[in-house]
Amino acid sequence: MFVVLLFMFAGIAIGCVMRKIKFRFVNKIILLFILLLLLLLGIVLGADEKLLKQFHLLGFQSFIIAFFATLGSVVAAKILWNIGRTKRT
Amino acid sequence: MKSSMLILSFFALGLLLGIYRILPTQWDFTYFSFVVLCMLMFSVGFSIGHQPDTIKQFKQLPTRVIFLPVTTIVGTWLGVLAVSLFSTYTLTDLLAVSSGFGYYSLSSILITQYKGVELGTIALLANIFREIFTLLLAPIMARHFSKLSPIAAGGATTMDTTFPIIIKTSGNEFGIVSIYHGFVMDFSVPFLVTLWCSM
Repeated sequence: MFVVLLFMFAGIAIGCVMRKIKFRFVNKIILLFILLLLLLLGIVLGADEKLLKQFHLLGFQSFIIAFFATLGSVVAAKILWNIGRTKRT
Repeated sequence: MKSSMLILSFFALGLLLGIYRILPTQWDFTYFSFVVLCMLMFSVGFSIGHQPDTIKQFKQLPTRVIFLPVTTIVGTWLGVLAVSLFSTYTLTDLLAVSSGFGYYSLSSILITQYKGVELGTIALLANIFREIFTLLLAPIMARHFSKLSPIAAGGATTMDTTFPIIIKTSGNEFGIVSIYHGFVMDFSVPFLVTLWCSM
């Protein structure tokens, strides 16, 4: 976890230093890494037979719980965002 | 939407590769993921540092984003409060499951230990679903709710797995908020899961 953060801060530092040189392809590299990571997540999940079987058993209830939990936090974040906006104006 | 389809198709391709064991099974994919994540984070850091605008934009962010982790926790709990009205599980069970905030490995292990295999499995799947919801729906959340919403949805995963999609949909200037949020949530998971399991 901390190693990952270290890499990001190294990136920020080097990015700052190299500001004068233009790099237009950085965003494409980022998308490439994202796609690679999702491919790897799929591979790990697909190879886990136990996990795939469990998906059918308790999947529906888990889906409902996740849906409401996510919705609750998404709405709460919108409220937090809006509180500030009305105060500012 | 185009990138969501691209992301989904790569994930599906990975699933097929995993199910049919097309790649050598002795390869350590978890380690590969970690290496790629490091490279990704370096590139993200580079793009943040390289654009002077990004840092300026972060300074313009309202200070109350400090309260975002608390907002995520309260919102999540209110969400499962609604589920408890029609679920066979007790409210404290549901609160424990939802307090994984997408951190499925740790929360499912803890809940299996405290409450048994069934609820542990529910915790595993529900928290995987939360991560998948965030990965797939982040653009919709950012557009129809707020730019903080994908971060709240990502829960404890906003400093690793859902980080890329968050900066892609909310913008690079939310990268630091996303990491701060993921950091705080990561630490709160073991405490909050234990709290609800012991009640």
